[in-house]
Amino acid sequence: MATNNIGREIPDVYAEQFGTYGSEFENVKPYSAAAKTVCPRKPGESKLLDSIHDAIVKTGIKDGMTISFHHHFREGDYVMNMVLDEIARMGIKDISIAPSSIANVHEPLIDHIKNGVVTHITSSGLRDKLGAAISAGIMDEPVIIRSHGGRARAIERGDIHIDVAFLGAPCCDEYGNANGFEGPSACGSLGYALMDAKYADQVVLVTDNLVPYINTKISIPQSEVDYVVKVDAIGDPKGIAKGATRFTKNPKELIIAEYAAKVMMASPYFKPGFSFQTGTGGASLAVTRFLREGMIKKDVKASFALGGITNSMVELLDEGLVGAITDVQDFDTPSGASLARNATHLEIDASMYASPLSKGAMVNRLDMVILSALEIDTDFNVNVITGSDGVIRGASGGHCDAAAGSKMAIICAPLIRGRIPTVVDKVTTVVTPGSSIDVLVTEVGIAVNPARTDLIEAFKSLNVPQFTIEELRDRAYAIVGEPKPIEFGDKTVALIEYRDGTLIDAVRNCK
Amino acid sequence: MGRTGGRAPGIGVILSMELKQQAVAGTAESSDIMVTIDPVGGDAVEISLDSSVEKAFGDRIREVIAETLKNLGVTGVKVTAVDKGALDCTVQARTIAAVYRAAGTAGEFDWKEIDAWNA
Repeated sequence: MATNNIGREIPDVYAEQFGTYGSEFENVKPYSAAAKTVCPRKPGESKLLDSIHDAIVKTGIKDGMTISFHHHFREGDYVMNMVLDEIARMGIKDISIAPSSIANVHEPLIDHIKNGVVTHITSSGLRDKLGAAISAGIMDEPVIIRSHGGRARAIERGDIHIDVAFLGAPCCDEYGNANGFEGPSACGSLGYALMDAKYADQVVLVTDNLVPYINTKISIPQSEVDYVVKVDAIGDPKGIAKGATRFTKNPKELIIAEYAAKVMMASPYFKPGFSFQTGTGGASLAVTRFLREGMIKKDVKASFALGGITNSMVELLDEGLVGAITDVQDFDTPSGASLARNATHLEIDASMYASPLSKGAMVNRLDMVILSALEIDTDFNVNVITGSDGVIRGASGGHCDAAAGSKMAIICAPLIRGRIPTVVDKVTTVVTPGSSIDVLVTEVGIAVNPARTDLIEAFKSLNVPQFTIEELRDRAYAIVGEPKPIEFGDKTVALIEYRDGTLIDAVRNCK
Repeated sequence: MGRTGGRAPGIGVILSMELKQQAVAGTAESSDIMVTIDPVGGDAVEISLDSSVEKAFGDRIREVIAETLKNLGVTGVKVTAVDKGALDCTVQARTIAAVYRAAGTAGEFDWKEIDAWNA
């Protein structure tokens, strides 16, 4: 067993294959980008196919290949299940899947795994029953959990080589010019899918909205597309916008948001031209609202907002409070619509968003980011992937990317959730190293990373209760008691890659 | 019939709390626990727990229920508890309420005795 630089144990075989995590930027160095095999088109050739079945036949998918999908349809995605069901029907086995993430709606994957159709998975996250099944050990090979920037890096460097990408395209012409913000299944930005379109050997666009040539709003260009398949529906609009936009009335979330906005505005970064990312979830959305009030009052405008975009950020853009939105993914209908109508609302790919091996990701230009946590420990390490029972149920997302790139990473989390403490001695699984995290905001007050003496100084007169993180842990344990450590088995069920490709942690099976 | 055990005189005034019937206290809401008490006779105390936080706190919840029954001097009982992340104080309160209901002693609580446990 190898131990990485933050004390997490990594099985030797994987430590050798991936390397173990050392520090945030030590592997950011020159490399040769991955190449792909291209089948060029001659004049007169059609790309239109009648069915997913035909696309599988035409692209020549066979045992052992890697196929990919995007997760912009979130809980409303039909594409991954549709393609995998057909692959299974055709008797193809041993497929590696490399979707940008996996949702609850992809539960049918469990059967495909059990039947040997899918044998390797890389994803940002795993949810619900699939997460539980994988934690129970149904796969022989561990799932590789990659952040959004880490997936972009893995594709750019060739760690993931995609044979065929099946990309849901809400608006598409017959020659493969596509965007995500028009049509009945509009999802907004196609930021994650743009990576697959650029690097996969073959690209199949799956659409339910075929428009006359030429579709003039182009996110994925025809020059990257091999085939176009028209189906009845690629996504359920209700699932696409699920759960993200509701403004919280939860008093705990509201006070966390208020404290977080105060921290942002008291920091040295809150000045004209600042930049920020707030993400989704109750507290995050509320932060944007509190921040807005402060920006108006103090006449401080932001240069850009990054994300993971919600309507609350679009409102700031419409009011002229932020100069631009750089958008890799949309969480609700209004933000997708804004991408279509606002010239300063820019669609960016996952590499430009967050890849540590791009020539400069947006996260590098980020002043402040609001992030969440399932657990945070006294070293400020953050877990967003496993629950308190050790079962995989979350997603890495852009967490470690934004935390590493930004000047100030703020974790917003309640001290306890029900009986589960959020602030703990040692997180179950590390996704983001504590060295990237600067401030923890809870409903009882904040804790600043002691390494940030400059921030501790800056917050001296800040009107928010301040504690050490050990004091916050003690407060949590005083209410709920100290949790018993989880017992894991010996089987490695998931590997947690840091954004640079080294292993920051490994997840064992749950007993 | 389950009966309260022979507690030393002077410690409390719950002298003969006979468990007469099945009784329930609590809800299946988040942060609550639903405790069902069944009188089974004899000296046994059987606790069956289904908890959303079993791995982290299951043992502790069983301990709190057992301690509370002991403090009440109750034996010959089967406890079925469905927990949704209740804190210790809630586990204790629901157990006490269920026992009192099972004993049919509605309204007559010995607060002094209960306070003494937590002193």
